[in-house]
Amino acid sequence: MSTIELEIQLLAVVVAVACALPGVFLVLRRTALLSDAISHTVLLGIVLAFFAIGDLTSPLLILGAAAMGVVTVALVQVIEGTGLVREDAAIGLVFPALFSIAVILISLYAGDVHLDTDAVLLGELALAPFRRFVVGGRDLGPRGLWTMGGILLLNLLFLFAFFKELKLSTFDPGLAAALGLSPVLLHYAYMAVVSITAVGAFDSVGSILVVAFMIAPPAAAYLLSDRLPVVLLLSALIGAHCAISGYWLARWMDASIAGSMATMAGVDFLLAFLFAPGRGLVAQARRHLRQKTEFAVSMLAIHLLNHEGGPEEERECRVGHLPEHLLWSEEQVQRIVRDAERSDLLEVRSGGTLRLTEIGRERARRAMAI
Amino acid sequence: MDLLHDLLFDYTLRTVALGTAALGLASGALGAFAVLRRQSLLGDAVSHAALPGIVLAFLLTGSKELIVLVAGAFASGWLGSVFVSQIRARSRVPGDSALGIVLAVFFGFGLVLLTYVQGRPDAAQAGLDRFLFGQAATLVAGDVMVIVILGGVALAALLLFWKEFKLLSFDPEFGASLGFPIGRLDLALTTVLVLAIVIGLQAVGVVLMAALVVAPAAAARQWTDSLGTMVWLSALFGAVSGVLGALWSGGTAGLPTGPAIVLAATGIVTLSLLFAPRRGLVWTTWRRSRQRSRIRADTVLADLYALYRQHGSLDHGHSVAVLDAMSDGPGGAARVLPVLAEEGWARPLPDRSWAITGEGLRRAEDLLARLGRAENE
Repeated sequence: MSTIELEIQLLAVVVAVACALPGVFLVLRRTALLSDAISHTVLLGIVLAFFAIGDLTSPLLILGAAAMGVVTVALVQVIEGTGLVREDAAIGLVFPALFSIAVILISLYAGDVHLDTDAVLLGELALAPFRRFVVGGRDLGPRGLWTMGGILLLNLLFLFAFFKELKLSTFDPGLAAALGLSPVLLHYAYMAVVSITAVGAFDSVGSILVVAFMIAPPAAAYLLSDRLPVVLLLSALIGAHCAISGYWLARWMDASIAGSMATMAGVDFLLAFLFAPGRGLVAQARRHLRQKTEFAVSMLAIHLLNHEGGPEEERECRVGHLPEHLLWSEEQVQRIVRDAERSDLLEVRSGGTLRLTEIGRERARRAMAI
Repeated sequence: MDLLHDLLFDYTLRTVALGTAALGLASGALGAFAVLRRQSLLGDAVSHAALPGIVLAFLLTGSKELIVLVAGAFASGWLGSVFVSQIRARSRVPGDSALGIVLAVFFGFGLVLLTYVQGRPDAAQAGLDRFLFGQAATLVAGDVMVIVILGGVALAALLLFWKEFKLLSFDPEFGASLGFPIGRLDLALTTVLVLAIVIGLQAVGVVLMAALVVAPAAAARQWTDSLGTMVWLSALFGAVSGVLGALWSGGTAGLPTGPAIVLAATGIVTLSLLFAPRRGLVWTTWRRSRQRSRIRADTVLADLYALYRQHGSLDHGHSVAVLDAMSDGPGGAARVLPVLAEEGWARPLPDRSWAITGEGLRRAEDLLARLGRAENE
């Protein structure tokens, strides 16, 4: 691996982790799509700040653009607050409008500057190592790495400083307000953090990957754990995994790096969705099957207990009679009987008569008591 | 006037305007349902999710015919919407996160395919990226035909299942209790919405198509409380946005169509939010301030009445300061008294004090009686 390859992956991992941490709260607070809105509208912030400053490398640009992110959130809330449209529609009105203004401004007035609409969506991760951070003639590495490293640090600080407040206002906003925390202030401070992250990431990976990194790893982590610190850690790890595996997918296919990373974020989420222990689709299906079998075995035990010692026992407790009586198919009966026999609930006598064991009787009585 | 002339006599422009009007009509009409069902952003996810389908359709067939690409877009947009509902139904991931994941992942995968195709030696793929921001200028008569026919299919399905879709949007539980297959109807409505979205992608682009689902519907909602009127208005607003955007972008070099159409739609929304009768902000603000001043006038009148009851004379004046002290804020009475005088309910006396008139008495007694009735109820 060359230094450049290493630097790209390092930058991508930093971006992924910086996005995943605030993303956890976006997912938990059901405000995930604000990241979509913000990652689009910061473009307008960048364009306006660029018109004002005239320099695409100024750090002021990040602040200007981040301010637009907060403006977006405020605008959504103002429109929603009129009661005329709902929140989802308000988001759907605000960000396309602001993004459109930005695209139009770029295509009309900034056509020859390094601000083109493809870069907005795709980012230019492959070029990031070529923009160096040079101080006094010394090369200190890619500029993006410093920017994103700083933003990651900011996110970590914010997280540690306000962990309790964030946690409380996320899971119990009512109690948070009653305890004197200002949910509005915290919300906006938090949105400012999201905006700054989005702007910094936007420059290297484009708006779509910002959304992918902010939502998919936290959502996957949310399926894997119930504990907030674990979810945060897992999100960061999954994000880092998307970044590195996505990079190699892009190398292999000779395709967009940002797109590949978003794809890998989808793959990781899909894996969690399918295989998360206890919660994934596979676990759900297995649980469903097990419950069905358990229920059937109980039914069988109750049936046998019901006719035990009665005059019709000979007829009712035969394997051959069960499909008719319990409305099960032949194979189902075979399977359930085998299952019950294996758990020592009954024994199969010669001639296909079934007889409950003491454990089986107990099981039947317990099932009926419930 | 130039634009109007062009619209009527310029063949290319007329084609483009017809196409954008048709797609605006379809997405406007279907968007009304999306907005009412709080699924405004489903359009965003679906339009982004269509990108991989567009590129795959091209990869598989080598054709760039709109009908082929739209078929691919439809398939993957539909798949995206199914993913959203499956994630929502079968995991604890919130619905908005499900939308965000599908949106970003499908789009990212689309970009992978797009850049993969662009990396191949043949140059035939040129122009696929117009699906990002839209280029209505690339619409030819055949494309417009495709848009009109597919949009017609979407609208026909909407009319055919009107009653069912209405029930689904307003009271799905009631619908289920009547025996309607709510799950399948939901899928059907989403499918029609996907169709209405994908026909707009070439002109508007996957990034901004969502706005054409939300904006016309949100605007139409302000003007009416009836679903039928809302759907027609929304379709009309969509069509108008499409034409305005296409004309604007066509007349300005380098201006992509998608953003132009979105800004036209945003303009219509802004006007509607401000000026729509009854719901519009200007109207409600005016009504609220009128109500407030009426309440203030009634309060001062009630105070004058109370003073009259104590003194028993229509000629006994009371100073503004006293009336101010009786009502809440200072300075309120001085503003209200001339209004009362205009109505004939109070009159100024020569010593600059105020007294209630006979008519004012009747009005005050009437008010208090009504207030008492309201309290008893």
